[in-house]
Amino acid sequence: MSWFDRPASDTQITHRSRLWLYGLGVLVLAFLALPTLIVIPMSFSQSQYLEFPPRQWSLRWYEAFFSSPSWMAATATSLKAGICTALVATPVGTLAAYGLHVSRLRFGGVVILALLTPTIVPVILVGIALFYAFVQLKMVNSFLGIVLAHTMLAVPIVMMIVGSALKSFDLDQERVARSLGATRAQAFLQVTMPQIGFAIVTSALLSFLTSFDEVVVSLFVSGGDNSTLTRAMFMALRDQIDPTIAAISTIMIVITSLLLAASQLLGKAEK
Amino acid sequence: MSAPGLSIAGAPGDDFHAAALRRDHWRERLGLAALAAPALLLVTVTVLLPVGWLFGLSFFDDAGAPSLEHYRRMLAEPSYGRTFRTTFEISLLTTAICILLGYPLAYFLSQLPRRAANLCMIAVLLPFWTSLLVRTYAWLVLLQRRGLINTWGIELGLWSEPLQLVHNVAGTLIGMVHIMLPFLVLPLYGTMRAIDRDLLRAASSLGSTPAHGFWTVFFPLSLPGLAAGSALVFVLCLGFYVTPAMLGGGKVTMVSNRIANDIELFFNWGAASALGVVLLVITLVVLVLAARLSRGAGLFGAGH
Repeated sequence: MSWFDRPASDTQITHRSRLWLYGLGVLVLAFLALPTLIVIPMSFSQSQYLEFPPRQWSLRWYEAFFSSPSWMAATATSLKAGICTALVATPVGTLAAYGLHVSRLRFGGVVILALLTPTIVPVILVGIALFYAFVQLKMVNSFLGIVLAHTMLAVPIVMMIVGSALKSFDLDQERVARSLGATRAQAFLQVTMPQIGFAIVTSALLSFLTSFDEVVVSLFVSGGDNSTLTRAMFMALRDQIDPTIAAISTIMIVITSLLLAASQLLGKAEK
Repeated sequence: MSAPGLSIAGAPGDDFHAAALRRDHWRERLGLAALAAPALLLVTVTVLLPVGWLFGLSFFDDAGAPSLEHYRRMLAEPSYGRTFRTTFEISLLTTAICILLGYPLAYFLSQLPRRAANLCMIAVLLPFWTSLLVRTYAWLVLLQRRGLINTWGIELGLWSEPLQLVHNVAGTLIGMVHIMLPFLVLPLYGTMRAIDRDLLRAASSLGSTPAHGFWTVFFPLSLPGLAAGSALVFVLCLGFYVTPAMLGGGKVTMVSNRIANDIELFFNWGAASALGVVLLVITLVVLVLAARLSRGAGLFGAGH
């Protein structure tokens, strides 16, 4: 009996009668993955029109990127903003998730809902509302403004990741530590934190990515000397399809993949 | 928590100690809850107050007097109606296409052995975490007049003239489906994995054909995940800005694009904030309806 005629599931359906499903599944997976990946070889093309496969390979667009002071400044702003966002959002979100989890107050649900508003309110509204507020506070185009805005977007993600890690953590361990003389802070730092460390590191990586990839809020609150990379890309794309952006996209895809791989490897090491 | 049973019942100090313990207990719980204060302060200062402030603007006319002028204009001017119709049409179409592509994909993944499914999941998760802008740019490059799709289409003889694939509704839909698909597939896949296989085995042993078993047992059980995923996709589409702005070429004006235009081109804060109020109200109504339908399963699973 060939593989085709073997049952594919508990309902005795054969692989042969499921070939359409496998075909369709692979096609949709390709639709999801390929368009972004195809930009990578195209970014090494010599031509203005980004051929695939490139007839002539070159690093022309990478040179254009690395030798442009404005692209470099935007990249520096985005990297700094991403790091600052991760450094602020991770402790703030972790503390909130821990406090709300441990205290089990009746109004805790309301607080959680309030903290998740950045994920519910359409991002364009957050963008223009912040722009309006920053105009009054003279904080438009300031680095602090970008970090505040991105931290607000990242905190809900930290809370969801750390919160779900805490749900599977047995709080009795903290009680044991405290009955043996540890303070609350010591119990948290020495008993709880090492065990949810993976979630905390993952949420720091994703906070960085949230900030680094963010477009809409950055469009409104960043600018001038403090333009983020995504804002500069968006502005450049309004005029024409600049092939330099293929090079930048490739670099961004590499950064994203490395961070995700790092969090996966950490997860494996944890188990 | 009750007072410890060490004290003699009825002794004069008993109530006092119990009250003190209760007070301590509450003080500790409130102190722990206060750990959320920095996050709450941040969200209040950067979202709740600014959005509230912005919404307040919608209830004043250009001279600063309280009025419903901006809302009246929204009802009177047909261009607003067109913007909302475009927004709903694009959002519904995107959600429908996502269901047509995403349901088979999630089903396919749920039938694979776990290791293979996790491997395929990378193809779903990598674009999910890749910058929105990078993905939209990729479509811009692929769909342009001299882009890959047109080049290959002509070389293969499928069409002879370059097709207009971008800077229109078609391009916007392709880009939006690509970005929204993971939001549908992830909750749906989770629901499908959790369905008890024994139920299908039981249906089969009772004589149902595979197709009949799928439609009467599997499909109804997968509906909560489908509802949660579709609602999430629809709501995210309603407020979508980047992809229509870049792939629509000015021909696709959704509510978000109109809000941005009102501010960037016309400095009309009142009109923009009135649109914002309507957008948020529609979003919340859809979310509440969806939460009722799917009992909130995994609805707030991801923010992007």
